[in-house]
Amino acid sequence: MKSLAELQALRDKMKGNMGVRHDDTGNIRVVVGMATCGIAAGARPVLQAFTEEIAKRGLKNVTVAQTGCIGICQYEPVVEVTVPGKEKVTYVKMNPEKAVKVVVDHLVNGKVVTEYTIGAVKK
Amino acid sequence: MYRSHILICGGTGCTSSGSARILQTFQDELTRYGLNEEVKIVKTGCFGLCAKGPVVIVYPEGAFYAHVRAEDVKEIVEEHLLKGRIVRHLLYEETAQEDNIKSLDQTDFYKKQKRIALRNCGVINPEDINEYIAYDGYQALGKVLTEMTPDDVIDVLKRSGLRGRGGAGFPTGLKWSFAKASEADQKYVCCNADEGDPGAFMDRSVLEGDPHAVIEAMAIAGYAIGATQGYIYVRAEYPIAVKRLTIAIGQARELGLLGKDILGSGFDFDLDVRLGAGAFVCGEETALMTSIEGHRGEPRPRPPFPAVKGLFGKPSILNNVETYANIPQIILKGSEWFASMGTEKSKGTKVFALGGKINNTGLVEVPMGTTLREIIEEIGGGIPNGKKFKAAQTGGPSGGCIPASLIDTEIDYDNLLAIGSMMGSGGLIVMDEDNCMVDIAKFFLEFTVDESCGKCTPCRVGTKRLYEMLDKITKGEGTLEDLDKMEQLCLYIKDNALCGLGQTAPNPVLSTLRYFRKEYEAHVIDKRCPAKVCKQLVHYVVVPNKCRGCTLCTRHCPVGAISGEVKKPHSIDLEKCIKCGACIDQCKFNAIVKE
Repeated sequence: MKSLAELQALRDKMKGNMGVRHDDTGNIRVVVGMATCGIAAGARPVLQAFTEEIAKRGLKNVTVAQTGCIGICQYEPVVEVTVPGKEKVTYVKMNPEKAVKVVVDHLVNGKVVTEYTIGAVKK
Repeated sequence: MYRSHILICGGTGCTSSGSARILQTFQDELTRYGLNEEVKIVKTGCFGLCAKGPVVIVYPEGAFYAHVRAEDVKEIVEEHLLKGRIVRHLLYEETAQEDNIKSLDQTDFYKKQKRIALRNCGVINPEDINEYIAYDGYQALGKVLTEMTPDDVIDVLKRSGLRGRGGAGFPTGLKWSFAKASEADQKYVCCNADEGDPGAFMDRSVLEGDPHAVIEAMAIAGYAIGATQGYIYVRAEYPIAVKRLTIAIGQARELGLLGKDILGSGFDFDLDVRLGAGAFVCGEETALMTSIEGHRGEPRPRPPFPAVKGLFGKPSILNNVETYANIPQIILKGSEWFASMGTEKSKGTKVFALGGKINNTGLVEVPMGTTLREIIEEIGGGIPNGKKFKAAQTGGPSGGCIPASLIDTEIDYDNLLAIGSMMGSGGLIVMDEDNCMVDIAKFFLEFTVDESCGKCTPCRVGTKRLYEMLDKITKGEGTLEDLDKMEQLCLYIKDNALCGLGQTAPNPVLSTLRYFRKEYEAHVIDKRCPAKVCKQLVHYVVVPNKCRGCTLCTRHCPVGAISGEVKKPHSIDLEKCIKCGACIDQCKFNAIVKE
């Protein structure tokens, strides 16, 4: 390393890796249902698809977390996305391809993917 | 991307209670569940709350698991990391709430703390320079090399009010300016990591948890005074600290943050580690430098001060680990920021190693001016077993005892000196009513007698005579004349000893004589030890109406001093009794007492 600019570039790169160790109250939260029902319905690949896609796009301020069963086991895998200041959106019957689309449309562009939400599927 | 980080404490305390095995088990379990690609394990330095160790924190939730055993790991992985359910029964009790978890900085232990020197301890992986850099590591060095002149650096330090954290509290900026003013072809920057006070472990924890902060600060010091070489003198008894320091120096060299032409500025600086063999006197600056040179660690008279003629006869500065750990932050955030904390003459924060009769044993960092009561009762969680606070010992063998009546003293350099103690490196040993103050003074004198290097007579002979008088008193053979003689001898040693070790060695005696003279007099006049510690002055007796005659004590007495018939009160033969206390430990009816 031969300059301060190089050091600062390295810092900015490394900062992204430390994200989860900070206060995450201002973050977008992606919560994947990982109870027995969720796991059996394929929640793990969904979770992995989320983390991979978020990393690939270098999104900051996103926390990926898990939760237990919320009681709608027939709709698993269930994923809840909460953007601060907005209402929670519940996606159901998710798969890795749908997860990628949610990242692109909802997390990046702020557009809810209505056809995957519980409201659309129930009808 | 790792969605979760598991932080496992790799400090000396948690390592000795098995954190390495916990880490291994986490690795195995994560692999078993195929989670190792998405969950990262980080071995950190000390979190500070050693009493609750081994400690594991899981992010993003910030769940603080206390007293973790390797057997618990499976449950944490299955429940928390796989299914996303925090394992409440393993959490640190205070953080486990009804429907949520209390964040760590809201707990009583952390709430009042202000972490500057310890800011990265328990937060980053000390063996990975990238994590230090992610938290603004080496930015201060970059700023100094590109924007500041050496005089600017010294000026910032002077205005910050930073004083040496090793104990004496000499203004750091002033020390650097003396060394800068000395003309020489070669100068040296040294770091005192020879932490010798019994009960103090803050320097070890900084080196274990954030070694790069010290390295960065030493490079800054080199730039400020015009030195190109530094030495870290660390005791060989700190193997983890030595290992992480060596790794850190290697990584800094690899990135070009140590070595030739650092960050393209033309400034050269390199560091080496020197291991000390653990002699207490080598914490004294002239003795430390003599030891680095390869000679026997003995002090020499000052002046000339090291800033003029130090290591290898060249101008040198020596600062303590904790002092260095503050410096990068002061450079980045400015002298006003630092000077806004603390008291009028003591700025910033101080790390204390809490030990002794206290619930939350561990490392705490508080702003100067925090009262002893806040540290002991709020942060420390009070005294175990409902006992009463009697005194706090600060400054180790060079310091003194602060009695309960002064518990509201605001702690800073000058206040502690005024009440006959000293800051020292920051060991804070809490004592309750079961501690005998004469015995405490004797303990510290025994230490200084052992550690006196022998070069000057007041220290070599004086401390020995002092110890003998204390020994006499604890045996009930002292006279009132001895007390006066002791006081005189103390003052004589203070005035005449060659170095800091001897000059401060009488402090434990002087301060206990000052605040606990009655206790000394009880030993001398009544031949009685009020705290029932001094063996020769107590004897063990059976309380007849409590004794059920269960014979448990007779079976455990190693010298057969207890006799009696089954189901009838026993008795102890005082001639045979060696006062080992085995009977008290065994008795289920509290029927044996010390008198």
